[in-house]
Amino acid sequence: MNAPQDRTDRLEHWVSPEPFRPQVAEEMSPDQERYFMATQWRLMWWKLRRHKVAVISGVILLLMYASILVSELLAPYNLHVRHVDHIYAPPQGIHLFHDGRLIGPFVYGLHYRLNMETLKREYQEDRTKIEPVRFFCSGERYAFWGLIEMRAHLMCPAENGTLFLLGTDRLGRDMLSRILIGARISLTVGLIGIAVSFVLGITIGGLAGYYGGWVDNLTQRSIEVIRSFPELPLWMALSAALPVTWSPLIVYFGITIILGLLDWTGLARAVRSKLLAVREEDFVSAAVLMGARPARVIGRHMLPSFMSHLIASATLSVPHMILGETALSFLGLGLRPPMTSWGVLLTEAQNMNVVALYPWLMLPVVPVIVVVLAFNFLGDGLRDAADPYK
Amino acid sequence: MFGYLVRRVLIMIPTLIAISVIVFTIIQLPPGDYLSSYIAELQSQGESVSGDKIAFLREQYGFDKPMWQQYAIWAVGMLHGDFGYSFEYNLPVSEVVGDRLWLTFMVSFSTILFTWAVSFPIGVYSAVRQYSIGDYVLTLIGFLGLATPSFLLALVLLYLANNWFGTSIGGLMDPTFVGKPWSWAKLVSVLEHLWVPVVVIGTSGTAGMIRRLRANLLDELQKQYVVTGRAKGLPPGRLLLKYPLRMALNPFIADIGSLLPQVISGAAIVSVVLSLPTTGPMLLQALRSQDMYLAGSFLMFMSFLTVIGVFVSDLALAALDPRIRLEGGMRR
Repeated sequence: MNAPQDRTDRLEHWVSPEPFRPQVAEEMSPDQERYFMATQWRLMWWKLRRHKVAVISGVILLLMYASILVSELLAPYNLHVRHVDHIYAPPQGIHLFHDGRLIGPFVYGLHYRLNMETLKREYQEDRTKIEPVRFFCSGERYAFWGLIEMRAHLMCPAENGTLFLLGTDRLGRDMLSRILIGARISLTVGLIGIAVSFVLGITIGGLAGYYGGWVDNLTQRSIEVIRSFPELPLWMALSAALPVTWSPLIVYFGITIILGLLDWTGLARAVRSKLLAVREEDFVSAAVLMGARPARVIGRHMLPSFMSHLIASATLSVPHMILGETALSFLGLGLRPPMTSWGVLLTEAQNMNVVALYPWLMLPVVPVIVVVLAFNFLGDGLRDAADPYK
Repeated sequence: MFGYLVRRVLIMIPTLIAISVIVFTIIQLPPGDYLSSYIAELQSQGESVSGDKIAFLREQYGFDKPMWQQYAIWAVGMLHGDFGYSFEYNLPVSEVVGDRLWLTFMVSFSTILFTWAVSFPIGVYSAVRQYSIGDYVLTLIGFLGLATPSFLLALVLLYLANNWFGTSIGGLMDPTFVGKPWSWAKLVSVLEHLWVPVVVIGTSGTAGMIRRLRANLLDELQKQYVVTGRAKGLPPGRLLLKYPLRMALNPFIADIGSLLPQVISGAAIVSVVLSLPTTGPMLLQALRSQDMYLAGSFLMFMSFLTVIGVFVSDLALAALDPRIRLEGGMRR
């Protein structure tokens, strides 16, 4: 009020009514807080989510792995049912319209004729026979997972009709059903194999990286020796060594273990080099000083810090094993019928006649390619996401 | 450099010994041996086999000796070029194998050349034009090559080659040349047949090589000296060729070590499908019939080839990349 004249143009003194907070500059908005407080795994998930191809691949793989839980339900026929009248039948296409009339999904019946000159089986669509596909129906009896007797199928052929969407093989067995059920073996081979190689890789690489010295040297040299074997011939030799008397199931486990036995070297090297890097960190010294034993230091403190990298590289080596099983079975050294995997199915496509006359016998290669690609893309995405702090 | 070479050769010796022990163990793994299945076969045909004869055969093939002695005989023999005896063919292994080793070597070598020839331009292109349509398409094709089982690709290509070019089915040469001495016409015939296996085996390795070259080149292209060069007005082609490309080329040499086992693996299965006169089909047959020395020699040869390949790539890398210090581990 009584202020001197020259001070009237001063700004009014203003004090915020809110309490004074000295740390305001360091406080975070809720969004920032969400980001900075997120766990490592959550960050990885956010980063992976941006990698569209990897996410799509992951979804495809999830669907495929889910399908092996209910393979028998999805398959229109049983694994071993032979259709003697329909040997080497070509795929039947699904139609919706007949003579411009909507009928819903149906197939035309097959008319079979043996060409007496070439002795080739010739099938023709019989346009008069319309065989609507039935859905959620009861068809051939089967044992669900070999345990529960059931008759429910997702789709069945019409009464007295056929439904060979991917054709039939030389015994008249439906290819689609065989591919669907074969997925059970083919998809799990890689998982069990990777489990074996994971355990071996972490244990051996862990020991080498933690102890160093002569243990490390010995491991490095043995890894070099194993790496200098060409993989497939060694797989061939090892699986040829599996006794013929073994049951198919034991052979299956034998093959997966063989696949894993040669694969651990890469993982072991990764574990070792990461351990060497982490070994010098303070939290490890702290754990050691507090009297933790080596197994606990490695397992509880060191491994979690680079587990994500290991998972990513494991994902990248699953397709390798799936291809390995396919190749071995194709050569007749892997799984044998009645075990059915995609590789076993492909043994039918071993010569050029098949390519020329019955190309649909090569169809089991499609799921192989899809799975291998999906694992590769997912693995790439995981590898990029493995280090979210970068 | 000379010291490095000597040390590197000395390391190879224990490696090869370890490999030979593993190979010997593996070929001994199957229960029984060739002799017992042979005797069982004779008996099933109604022939009686006297105990004397069995003992004689056992002694002749050395099956009566302890395991380590059998190994020692085999390993020492290999040093003299004697690879043991093939029971199935009733011939020394070296005679059964014949040309196959050379043809295997030839197929592997041409495959590596093919891999380089294809992946080099593609890798450079997709790095320079990153995220272009061409990059995506080529990457996708590379991935497809990686994911397709080679044996099936072999079948399809064989069919196409037969339909379009009329090349005779399978094999590495026209049937008329089999067993003939080498001549110009034979070489031409071999080259005509060689491309199918080379393309098939090379495809899977090419994808990996492209990706590595692309990644390396991308790393290089972001470095400061490239930016400086560009800012100073260096033409793009020269800027690319002069330095970054040379740095990015290292995987081509460093990868022989990992490429070679891959190529030999691929060759093993592809040659079964294409019935190539290489080691693959004979190895398969030998494994099936427990013809152990034959199988063992093949495994040994393939591993040997790999070890040599790694050795050569190490030497080449040491010579080409000045950043690799041969003394190793001296400075920290």
